[in-house]
Order: sequence, then C-alpha cells, then structure tokens
Amino acid sequence: MDPVLIAQVALIVVIFHALLLSAAGMVWAERKVAARLQQRFGPVYTGPYGLLQPFADVFKLFFKEELKPSAADAALFYLAPVISAAAAFAAFCVIPVGPPTDFFGLLPHPIPLAVADVNVAVLVIFAITSMGIYGIVLAGWSSNSKYSLLGGLRSSAQMISYELSYGLALAAVLVMANTFSLQEIVKQQAGYWHLFGVPIAPRWFVFPQILGFTVYMIAGIAETNRAPFDFPEAEQELVAGYHTEYSSMSFALFFLAEYVNMVTVSAVATNLFLGGWHLQPLPEWLGFFWFAIKASAILFFYLWLRWTMPRFRYDQLMAFGWKVLLPLAVLNVLATAAGVIYFGS
Amino acid sequence: MGLETVLFYVFGALAIVTSLMVVGQRNPVHSVLLLIASFGALAGLYVLLDAPFTAVTQIIVYAGAIMVLFLFVVMLLNVGREDAAEYDRSHPFNRPLERRAGTALVIALVVELAWAVWHVSVRQEGALRDVAPGSVASVAEIGRVLYRDYAFAFEATSVLILVAMVGAIILARPRPQSH
Repeated sequence: MDPVLIAQVALIVVIFHALLLSAAGMVWAERKVAARLQQRFGPVYTGPYGLLQPFADVFKLFFKEELKPSAADAALFYLAPVISAAAAFAAFCVIPVGPPTDFFGLLPHPIPLAVADVNVAVLVIFAITSMGIYGIVLAGWSSNSKYSLLGGLRSSAQMISYELSYGLALAAVLVMANTFSLQEIVKQQAGYWHLFGVPIAPRWFVFPQILGFTVYMIAGIAETNRAPFDFPEAEQELVAGYHTEYSSMSFALFFLAEYVNMVTVSAVATNLFLGGWHLQPLPEWLGFFWFAIKASAILFFYLWLRWTMPRFRYDQLMAFGWKVLLPLAVLNVLATAAGVIYFGS
Repeated sequence: MGLETVLFYVFGALAIVTSLMVVGQRNPVHSVLLLIASFGALAGLYVLLDAPFTAVTQIIVYAGAIMVLFLFVVMLLNVGREDAAEYDRSHPFNRPLERRAGTALVIALVVELAWAVWHVSVRQEGALRDVAPGSVASVAEIGRVLYRDYAFAFEATSVLILVAMVGAIILARPRPQSH
C-alpha cells in the first residue's frame, strides 16, 4: 500500500483521538484551575492528581438513563447534540498542528500535518463553526421547555452579534498574509520583525495585529459561550440553558462540543496570530510541541478568565458587541488594509 | 459514470427534494432546517464545479448567517404549525390587479429562464463558456470580476435586495382597517 495514504489515515485517527483526549484534559484542568483559584484541591481521589476524573465522569454518564420530555420534537431533540459535536470536530480538520513532515524519512515526500490541506482553510473553519450554533438553537427549541428556548434564543442572538467581529478579526490577518491557506499563513510567520535592521521580535502576526488578536479572543470566547459570556447557560436564570432537558450521552456530546470548540478556537488563534509551529529560534522539526504549548497557554487563559470574571448583563453583552467590538474590528481591517497598501505588505 | 457524475446527481437530487419539502412542511422550524440542507447541497454542487470559495461563502452567508436569523425570528415569534388560512380578500396577494401582475411576472420569469438555459446549454453561448475552468476558484479573480467588470450588476443586486426589504416591511405592516 501507498505509505502516504497510510500516514494520512493514521493522521485522521490520531487527531480525532487527540481532540477527544484534549477535551478530557480540559475538563480536568478546568476543575483543577477552578479549585486552585478558590483555595480548594479539586479532584484528588481518582488516579494521580485526580487525572482519571474526566473518564470516571464519562462512565457515569454512559450508565445514566436517556430522558426525553414527552412534548419534545423527538427527531430534532436527538439530532441537536450530534450537530454540535460533529461541527466541533469537523472544524478542526483543516488546522495544521505542525510543520509538513515525512516522519523521519518513512515517507517519500513530506505531508502537511493536517487532516485536510484546503486552500480556503480559514473560511472552512468559519463556515463549520457557524453550523455548530444550530445544535444549540435546535436543542433549545426541540426540548419544548422555557429555559431551553430562552437559552437557545440567547445563544443565536449572541452568536450573530459576535460572529461579525470574529470574521473581521480573521479578515485583518488574511489581508496581511494575502492568502486563505493556514499552512501559508503559518509559513509567513517564520523569521523576525526588524526595527532599523535589528530583529526585535518573532515574525508573528500578533505584534502588528494586537488589536485584531484582542478582538479575536473576545469574540472567540463569546462564540464558544464561555464565561464571562456564558448567557446560553446562565445557571441563575435559566437552570442550564439550552441543555436543561438533556441527560446521559446527549448531554455529554454538548459538553464535549464545548471543550472541542475551545481547543479549535485556541488552535486557530495559535496559527493565525502566534506563529503556529514556529518558536524562534528553537528548531522547527519539533513544531508540534511549540504548537501545543502555545495552544495550551491560550486554553489556560480561557480557564483563568472564567473563574475570575463575573458574567456580563445581557444588554451589556449586546451593547459591547455592536458598539465597541464591531467598530474596533472594522477599524482594524481598514488600518491593516491601509498599512498593507502603504508598506506593500 | 465517474464519481463526480454520481455526486452531481446526489447533490442535485438532494437540493431539489429538500427545496420541495421546504414548501410542503407545516412546521416552520422544519422548513428552515430543510432550507439549510438545500443550501448545503448547493454548496456541494459548487465544490464539484471547482469553486470552493463560492461553496464556503454559500455556507457562511446563507446556511450560517441568514438561516440563523430566520430560525431566530421563527423561534422568537414562536410560530406554531401553519394551518390553511381563510381566504382574505384584502390581502395584497388576493386583489385582482396584483394577481394579474404577479401572474405576468411569473410567466416572464419562466420564459427568461427557458431562454437562458437554451442559449447557455444547447447553443453553448454566453459568458459561461468564456470563463476558464478553475479561474473562479481564485478569490482575487472573483473580486476583480465582481467589482470591476460587473460592478453595475453588483450594485443593481444590492438595490434589488433593498427593494425586497422594503417590500417585506410593507407586507408585514398592520393594514389600516377599511370601513
């Protein structure tokens, strides 16, 4: 058989399971970080440092009864969590997690370390993540429960509002890089930014795009429904929001989707703004580790933020999205375009 | 039959069937979902035509943004199942003059479509043939064509959308009670 084909298939399997594991790791990290920020220990009994806790949680959920409200729309009720989880996993397939490699000479030519190397990768991610919202909205509607419906409505309003800023933050980087391909964008971030001929910083897009990066991170948190923007599941007002009526593995799928979405947003931020697999001047062939370190740093920032900031008020969320974040994002795109024309990229 | 031909028929059939089901549904939420599926099938057809950018834009703009808005409105208004409405004489669609104008427009549209299909597919004429395959894939090329060669058509389309918006507001506005 063709060794390249075997490598591609292996890559799909490995990345899928790495994502599953990263979601489990995130659940564990979330509980540990939350506990530490609140002067507690968090899970300690299941395995060393409570590392097996997420697996114990999943086994518990496996054996729980699958409940469905009698007035629910059955087909959509069971379809919604599947849409959520499928969109979360599918979005990751175009993200390169390391430099193209031939696995130490095993393959005749290097292959990109991404499941699918598409030349419009950034747009594909944007398209698939915008599909994930249907899972939440349909869960809210099909449950036939007032809390779920309000959660679903809130999340669609929130995602419509923040998707614009999210897309415009991406657009600024695309204007700078003059390409839609993630591989190309990462490759352009090799080397250093020079000031008067002296290298001052790695050539990452975060330095010229500091405003774009800020907008991206804020909009990304809102898109993944994390605190301080976790209105779709505001516990004090909506019980558990859109997944109030879900139990067992259907609930687990929503839970999984949320964490995989966080990993995806962090991975995209790493590739677009933080130089992807480049960590100058460390060697590039260890790229996967630099990528993982940067993505983990962003993920930690997510957790840190959640357990530090209180939730916004709903009108504040909308006012902030439309009156602050969107103008800033538009301004950033215009300034970037002007800069690219003036300096010739 | 090659894989592309099979996929063409699969996506084409999916687009037609789901579009028909959109109109046939009584439940507005199901209609919206089927419309999304129909847009997805169209995106698949665009990929087969070597236009991944158009396909992705189709998903982002139509299946993503616009349909979320549709779903949002349907859910916010909590529209129930549609039942057969009573005949409303004052509704704009049921006045004799508007009915005739509407019928004339539909006939004109069908004739135009038939004419376009005839000229493009049977007589192999028109702009479609001049576009080199693969060139529509390039985002730069799309931008150049859209904002330079077809700038007027592009602006005219945006006016058309504005007209549709105004029309929707007029149709939805509460009509003053006639005595």
